[in-house]
Amino acid sequence: MFRLCAAMSHVFAFRNTQLVALSSGALYWPARDLLVVSDLHFGKSARAARHGGAPLPPYDTVETLLRLETDLTATRAREVICLGDSFDAPDIGAALPEDQLLWITRLQAGRGWTWIEGNHDPGPVGLGGTHLAQTTVGPLIFRHIATPAGQGEVSGHYHPKARLGLRGRTLTRPCFLLDDQRLILPAYGAYTGGLATTAAPLCALMAPDARAILTGPSPLVIPMPR
Amino acid sequence: MMSLPPSLQRWFDTRGWQIHPHQQAMLARKDEPALLLIAPTGGGKTLAGFLPTLVELGADPAPGLHTLYVSPLKALAADIKRNLRVPVEEAVLNIRIGDRTGDTSSHVKRRQRADPPHILLTTPESLALLTSYEDAPRIFAGLQRVVVDEIHALAESRRGDQLMLALARLSTLCPGLRRVGLSATVDDPAAIARLLAHHPDPCAILTADPGPDPDIRMLVTDQAPPWSGGGAAYAIPAVLEQVRAHKTTLIFHNTRAQAEIFFHNLWLANEDALPIGIHHGSLDRVQRERVEAAMVAGQLRAIVCTGSLDLGIDWGDVDLVIQVGAPKNVKRLVQRIGRANHRYNAPSKALLVPANRFEVVECVAALDAVKAHDLDGEPRGPGPRDVLCQHILIAACAGPFDADQLYTEMTGAGPYAGLSRAQFDDCLNFCATGGYALRAYDRWQRLLQRPDGLWQLRDPRSAARIRQNIGTIQDTDTLKVRWRGRGGAPLGEIEEGFAASLTKGDTFLMGGQIVRYEGLRELVVEVSRDPGSKPKIATFMGTKFATSTQLSARIVAMFQQDDWPGLPPHTAQWLALQRCVSRLPEPGRLLIESFPHDGRQQMVVYGFAGRNAMQTLGLLLTKRMEEMGLAPMGFVATDYATLIWGLDAVTDPVPLFDLDALEAGLDGWLAGNAVMKRTFRASATIAGLIERNLGGQRKSGRQATMSSDILYDTLLKYDPDHLLMQITREEAMRGLVDFARIREMAARVGDRIDHVTLDRVSPLAAPLFLEPGRVPVRGSADERLLAEEVTRLMDDSGLAQVDAARKPAWRVPF
Repeated sequence: MFRLCAAMSHVFAFRNTQLVALSSGALYWPARDLLVVSDLHFGKSARAARHGGAPLPPYDTVETLLRLETDLTATRAREVICLGDSFDAPDIGAALPEDQLLWITRLQAGRGWTWIEGNHDPGPVGLGGTHLAQTTVGPLIFRHIATPAGQGEVSGHYHPKARLGLRGRTLTRPCFLLDDQRLILPAYGAYTGGLATTAAPLCALMAPDARAILTGPSPLVIPMPR
Repeated sequence: MMSLPPSLQRWFDTRGWQIHPHQQAMLARKDEPALLLIAPTGGGKTLAGFLPTLVELGADPAPGLHTLYVSPLKALAADIKRNLRVPVEEAVLNIRIGDRTGDTSSHVKRRQRADPPHILLTTPESLALLTSYEDAPRIFAGLQRVVVDEIHALAESRRGDQLMLALARLSTLCPGLRRVGLSATVDDPAAIARLLAHHPDPCAILTADPGPDPDIRMLVTDQAPPWSGGGAAYAIPAVLEQVRAHKTTLIFHNTRAQAEIFFHNLWLANEDALPIGIHHGSLDRVQRERVEAAMVAGQLRAIVCTGSLDLGIDWGDVDLVIQVGAPKNVKRLVQRIGRANHRYNAPSKALLVPANRFEVVECVAALDAVKAHDLDGEPRGPGPRDVLCQHILIAACAGPFDADQLYTEMTGAGPYAGLSRAQFDDCLNFCATGGYALRAYDRWQRLLQRPDGLWQLRDPRSAARIRQNIGTIQDTDTLKVRWRGRGGAPLGEIEEGFAASLTKGDTFLMGGQIVRYEGLRELVVEVSRDPGSKPKIATFMGTKFATSTQLSARIVAMFQQDDWPGLPPHTAQWLALQRCVSRLPEPGRLLIESFPHDGRQQMVVYGFAGRNAMQTLGLLLTKRMEEMGLAPMGFVATDYATLIWGLDAVTDPVPLFDLDALEAGLDGWLAGNAVMKRTFRASATIAGLIERNLGGQRKSGRQATMSSDILYDTLLKYDPDHLLMQITREEAMRGLVDFARIREMAARVGDRIDHVTLDRVSPLAAPLFLEPGRVPVRGSADERLLAEEVTRLMDDSGLAQVDAARKPAWRVPF
């Protein structure tokens, strides 16, 4: 059982499963009590500062954790899969402030938690949970980067965003991309830019009839802009 | 009286020239710590600035930098180098002159650092970069004089603040350094002098003979200007007539798009094939240089241009200046007129061409102001702290520094004379740690205080990143335009937002040619030739000037006349028509019009409070309208009116203008609007929080917009009193908000609001629909429009039926 506001979620079918796209950019699978998020990029501002870059406002990890806690509370998910690039650098997990590490541990309590490896965090991240290159649950396979031959594949990596022209103005929103073979999640982390759905790698991956599910106040479905 | 050395005197004599009195005065007072020369265009300003240097260096100077010349334009530095070589070579002076700008090659730059020339010509940004090097003390050793050219132009932006901080550094490195400022005619010379002086030293002001009054008129045409629009196509035959009658004509426009359209139309009508060129800041550099060379060689009869030709480059024999479009600002008009007849003591000849009928009124008001010598200007505020942050980082690049000494040095810069130690410490703290309420970067501070108390960069590698971000000029997000195909020649740049609106086959004007959009490849717009079709108009913008409030007041006063014998009949009739179908704005009252247009509900507020205040009014009114459920979509502000459009009509505007509610809205408005985010983006970039260049790879403007908005939202939520939020607020209050004038307007109009409901656009409102700089309002209208668009897309694509069939039997139990 879970509680979700109807306006804040979109239910759709994928590979004989019923999935729910949340307005935050998370994916929920009610039958498995599973919440999936991608590209959290914890510690992004800390990493930039460590490399001599500008000291960005250090609130990105807190903001991302807040979003995650909100979605976990709403869905009461028992299982969590983080689809890679959960940490902005392999060793940044250990470098997070104590209270943020505790916060992650608190969210993990009583839940199965899987860290899928991403290009930013290829090795174990020094935190509890299972570390896997990819994982299969029922008919679905979860990995960081979509493969051309993938079937029933749920991935992240690209940070897709859709741009729409509305009566002479443009609106850009992070989005899910969906076709019969694969589902690509938007980036969940606070300090994440995006790749337009019109970009060549996304157009090459997605079938001609692919759809985009826009995040935002209420998730909306449109044909994938190309 | 100071006399010229014999070789220079001979050079003057062989040319048959007399030294001007102000040039003599500059020479006589050359030892003063600071001097400001106010002289009209063509008054021999630059030579006046350099004469003391030539005299002091003499025929055979010792090596080392003696004089630094700073100008706002790279092209000006190159031009001065050419011009200065003439007296140096002809008077046989063994003086080395070098220029150093963003265009200078790296090996020339290296040589200059190792062995500086006697006279170095540069820009504020290149100078700031020079002061960031560890060997700056050696480069500037022995420097005697700094000449700041066109200082009135630098004073108008943060570039002036940046330059004065760099000069403060030079004064530390070279005690006794003397400063000279060269300025066109301005309304408040004392303010420029305060900017230039090394605080608290004085700065004397020398004023050259302003010369005879210009011969300036409005161009009389057989055909009336249109009701609206900015093209002035109606005036093409009359303008061509003037071009034929003169040797060289400069045709100024207020925006690049207008210049492009006018140039295109001019060529279509140019039956004699007169050589006419175009010059503006969006054109490729090679193209611009070709036009400049042709102009200097006297091969062009006319040049269509924008503000890119505003500053002092000597373009040879210009005998007529034509200003197309209302001049917006009397001071700038006077400076532009000076481009004609670049000879002292000859009256400049200029013509004003209003592009539409409102501009006829503006032009007549401007002519009256020129005749009355009534120049306009806004007071300059204290130096912005984002520039100060940048200079603290620059100081750190040059080597370890002492905070007390740096504070003392920086308060020696005119704009920062009033800076408190606490404000400085906030900036230093920001540079060192980010200055956040949450202290997260203690381990990874950008600046560290060493045991001996000096501050230094923690990671020496960050010096390169800081240097790449030096400067205060905010580029609009532009994309390069090239001909399609391998190695296609570059044409110039267009705004990214405009590029995003193009689809394959769309046509627009670029460098006077119609080009067809083919596609975007690696952030370059590819186009092909398109000889036939009518172009879609380019929206790339030139510098947009605000009509001064003085000029606005003259316009409202003119509206009150019973009839307008001073205006051409067509314009007088237009005002009469406005008075008949609606009414004319009056002093002491506020006119508001409501009407449907373009599928939206429109409201026009004729506040005449100046562009910035009208912009703020737009922000505050749309905020109130959003609260009242009127679904505003956006607004655009001019100096005289604000146009707001939305999904629902405003039936009673009076409650919107409750001053207390508006001011309450101002307090709460930091909660996310486009103008604040734009201001934040600029300040965060200047202060070094957002890096423009990473490893030489310029981020696309779109990504930068995105990340700065996210940072703004994050700070607003977690750290609303952060230094950068304070700076953003200060800058917005000063530049874009100007709430004082709204308060003044509200006090002026009281409850005397005249609301007129119409069934169509009124004559006076029509020009607002062509105004660039529309500000979108993100609110309930977005969601309503998005819902419409999603339905349409799903229906059009047939997906709606597919989804209806697929509807899952299973439902989410809420």
